[in-house]
Amino acid sequence: MSDRVSLTTDRPGRAATPKPPAPVRSRRLTDRRLAVAFIAPALLLLLGMSVFPLLWALYLSFTDYSATRGGPANFVGFGNYTAILTSAQVHLRAVTTLVYVVGAVTLQTVLGFTIAYLISRRTRGRGLLTTLFLVPMMLSPVVVGLFWRFMLDAQFGVVNSMLGSLGLGQVEWLTRQRTALISLIVVDTWQWTPFIMLIALAGLTAVPKYLYEAASIDRASEWFRFRTITLPLVWPLLLIAVLFRAIEAFRLFDLVYILTSGGPGVSTETLSFHVYKVAFLGFNTGTASAYGILMVLVVIVLTQLYLRYLNKLKED
Amino acid sequence: MRFSVRGRAVLEVALLSVLAVVMLFPVLWMIETSLKENRDVYAVPAKLFNFDVTLDHYRDVFVSSGLSVAFLNSVIVAGASTVLATVLGVPAAWAYSRFAVKAKKDQLFFILSTRFMPPVVVVIPIFLMYRYIGLIDSALGLILIYTAFNVPFTIWMMKGFVDEVPAEYEDAAMLDGYTRLQAFRKFTLPLLVPGIAATAVFALIFSWNEFVFAIFLTSSDEVRTAPPAIAGLIGGTTVDWGLVAASSVVFALPVLIFAYLVRKHLVAGVTLGAVRR
Repeated sequence: MSDRVSLTTDRPGRAATPKPPAPVRSRRLTDRRLAVAFIAPALLLLLGMSVFPLLWALYLSFTDYSATRGGPANFVGFGNYTAILTSAQVHLRAVTTLVYVVGAVTLQTVLGFTIAYLISRRTRGRGLLTTLFLVPMMLSPVVVGLFWRFMLDAQFGVVNSMLGSLGLGQVEWLTRQRTALISLIVVDTWQWTPFIMLIALAGLTAVPKYLYEAASIDRASEWFRFRTITLPLVWPLLLIAVLFRAIEAFRLFDLVYILTSGGPGVSTETLSFHVYKVAFLGFNTGTASAYGILMVLVVIVLTQLYLRYLNKLKED
Repeated sequence: MRFSVRGRAVLEVALLSVLAVVMLFPVLWMIETSLKENRDVYAVPAKLFNFDVTLDHYRDVFVSSGLSVAFLNSVIVAGASTVLATVLGVPAAWAYSRFAVKAKKDQLFFILSTRFMPPVVVVIPIFLMYRYIGLIDSALGLILIYTAFNVPFTIWMMKGFVDEVPAEYEDAAMLDGYTRLQAFRKFTLPLLVPGIAATAVFALIFSWNEFVFAIFLTSSDEVRTAPPAIAGLIGGTTVDWGLVAASSVVFALPVLIFAYLVRKHLVAGVTLGAVRR
């Protein structure tokens, strides 16, 4: 017995003390110990780097602490929260964020699904097309933001240059209040349409062929097939992609920072950009923490929705 | 209105081509700009084809701009955090897949939701914490936060791969006298290698592209990674867009190559391992 064990193990030293045939109970105990040993390090890291900081922020949100002024943190109760929730500035940013999130995610979904649908109907070149379409998504927001800033430049940007050669007027994309938010939506759409496309394509290619065949035997119209077969089968997956994008768009910071820095004025200041300004330019750490905690609450609600649909999708 | 089958196909291909050109034009323009002489970069109307090719901007990226240090830092930070996340995440994923852990679903959902926290919010207490323990402006600080940010992804992504390996392999090995741990190391782990590679590549891409933590937690040129360094190129009064374009290409190229290598797992990768097909 011990011979056989030492033949098949790397460390004969350990095999030198052969274990008695493990009864089920004790094996379960070592399994549990193993599970704890394997899971605990990862969870500890998350507790230290995610949960603890958030708890600290929660504590700070009830104080008037300032990271630059230093000094003791005085307890102010819900003062920071009422200040944030009643602030007209914050309301404005909430509207901007809503316009941005809804606008960008809607555009991405429509475009992404259209591209996926068109690709799924091709038989040749599908792989190459998909790969090409995916390029924007893999780029860093820094690269995307910088480059669009260059392309949208009012004087020498290629977009205005093209509009000019088409005989159209010049647009101040990033320096006008209204167009700046539109530009932000356009750039985000450019980057993330591939995401929706990728997931929609996964859904579309998973639709069983025989359903379409059955429908064509019944001489069902194209639109009828799309409405009764394609859409219901792809919808659950698409919804997950949309929710995922909504969460990401809500927390977006880098693109705003690079593309417009919130300007002109405050026209492209989303909530996360405003938090940054309160925390790092205004140095009101307590207020910024309360602001952040409120944002986390929104994210938690969205994440719960996302996870619920994900769970549903997995059970089907 | 009804199109003939052929007419419809032509229309679809045309529409698809237009969309492809629109989506790819900015990438093409970036590559063109990085190869143009400065006077052509700012030419109005923009020069699409008739420009002189130069590699000056690429030379500048590596020689005179000081960006090479930033690229090296990026390699170190992204590499180290990926290794750490893999070492922590893969065993945890295996344990979650194989064992009856208490409130497993809740734990897994908790793990994933930490990844969705807005970075601007998380960075406020992290900043204070790092200032307190002296990790501000250090590679170690960035490595730690990137690891924390990649572990949830690694666990979710790897759990999918472990689920695909039948638990019976380990059971059979244990009947042969191996311990559970040995069974994992000798039979399951080798089968997981392709999955681990794909997961690590995604973690590498996430860390490589990350900007928010990098800009708030580091400030000196010696520690800075490439994204804030490239963003810093537009800080001055005049912007050398040719250099910006060239450094963006240099920065993006490895990502695109890596992404191409793991294209089979893209759906799972970009949804943080949540959606599998």
